[in-house]
Amino acid sequence: MSIEIFSPLPGTFYRKPAPDQPVYKESGDAVAKGDVIGLVEVMKTFYEVKSELDGHIDVFLVENEDPVQAGQPLAKLKG
Amino acid sequence: MGINVINPGLATTIQDLGRPGYYHLGIPIGGAMDRFALHCANLLVGNDEGAACLECVFMGPELEFTQDATVAITGADLPPKVDGEPQDTWTSLKVKAGQVLSFDFLKGGARAYIAVSGGIDVPVQLGSRSTYAIGALGGYEGRAIAAGDTLPVGQDAGVAEGRSVPAAMRRMPTGPVELRMIPGLYWHRITKEAGEHFFDDMWKVAPECDRMGYRFRGGRPLDFVPREQPFGAGSDPSNIVDACYPYGSIQVPGGTEPIVLHRDAVSGGGYFMLGTVISADMDLIGQMQPHTETKFVSVDMDQALNARHERADALQKVRDVLV
Repeated sequence: MSIEIFSPLPGTFYRKPAPDQPVYKESGDAVAKGDVIGLVEVMKTFYEVKSELDGHIDVFLVENEDPVQAGQPLAKLKG
Repeated sequence: MGINVINPGLATTIQDLGRPGYYHLGIPIGGAMDRFALHCANLLVGNDEGAACLECVFMGPELEFTQDATVAITGADLPPKVDGEPQDTWTSLKVKAGQVLSFDFLKGGARAYIAVSGGIDVPVQLGSRSTYAIGALGGYEGRAIAAGDTLPVGQDAGVAEGRSVPAAMRRMPTGPVELRMIPGLYWHRITKEAGEHFFDDMWKVAPECDRMGYRFRGGRPLDFVPREQPFGAGSDPSNIVDACYPYGSIQVPGGTEPIVLHRDAVSGGGYFMLGTVISADMDLIGQMQPHTETKFVSVDMDQALNARHERADALQKVRDVLV
């Protein structure tokens, strides 16, 4: 089963917690419900995007630092 | 009794029409970033037009009602749900004690207003219930709402459900936005060429856009008319001797990224200002998402006052429908 993780709000998507840190998740990594997969920055606030179920990251659908819209798919999960 | 906050959203604050009269003391006017939407939300549920609502930005909260209420959501296209059932925006609806109001993903605009019959009944501070978060003033304990808060609600005015603001009377930016502004204040500080390309260039809302101000990027940097900086001004050509910052004024620190000051702005400082966005277009800014394409358009005072009258007429038409 393939499930998408959506951006809850518009802003800029980051895959890392800070520029000098590794990415939260790589494609193929296991994720548990509640794991952070990236950040969306807006209004000088960084909002953590979390997985809502257990599975594996199939693929990221947006690049690091891409602008994103609310409701836009960020990654695909395999359940 | 009231509303239990299950999930607060991003930066959901209690706002009314603000607290004018203290800006000269450094306390911003505050209040809804889209005042027209707040007026409409209150009219829909039978409140005084200046009653306190929830202003949510980019994403909605999740709220459990502990008393029956009439509710309306206006402003941004943020689809509401009651116990998971989709509901209309710009329309009064009934929420029963025990039901949960939540929201789907934002479809358009930036800020939605949730009016509850009776209004959000937090204490009035300096004439307003509006939250000024960085000053820890007003609202719910001077801050954005948080999970676990219980928001007090006033007496239910009990109007009917299904009352709606006609679609043609709603106002929401679509596509590139034109912001009308009156050049002035320190316009003379930039060169003629810079003044021309400021209006020619397409700007985009930067992610740094909040209740204090909206920053824009993408246009060419502005060149300044050379001068010896006066005593008290900093060394950067965009610096001036400290002055008052009007609501809507456009400052351009370093000549690179214009910032339009909004409801929670600082009241003075040392950046030159190109001019001021007209009052009729300030609500529109409150509904702009990051990356929205924007052009600044020069108008004169007569055009600005006509636009203000048009907005007052538009609100009166909504009153004629709902009151």
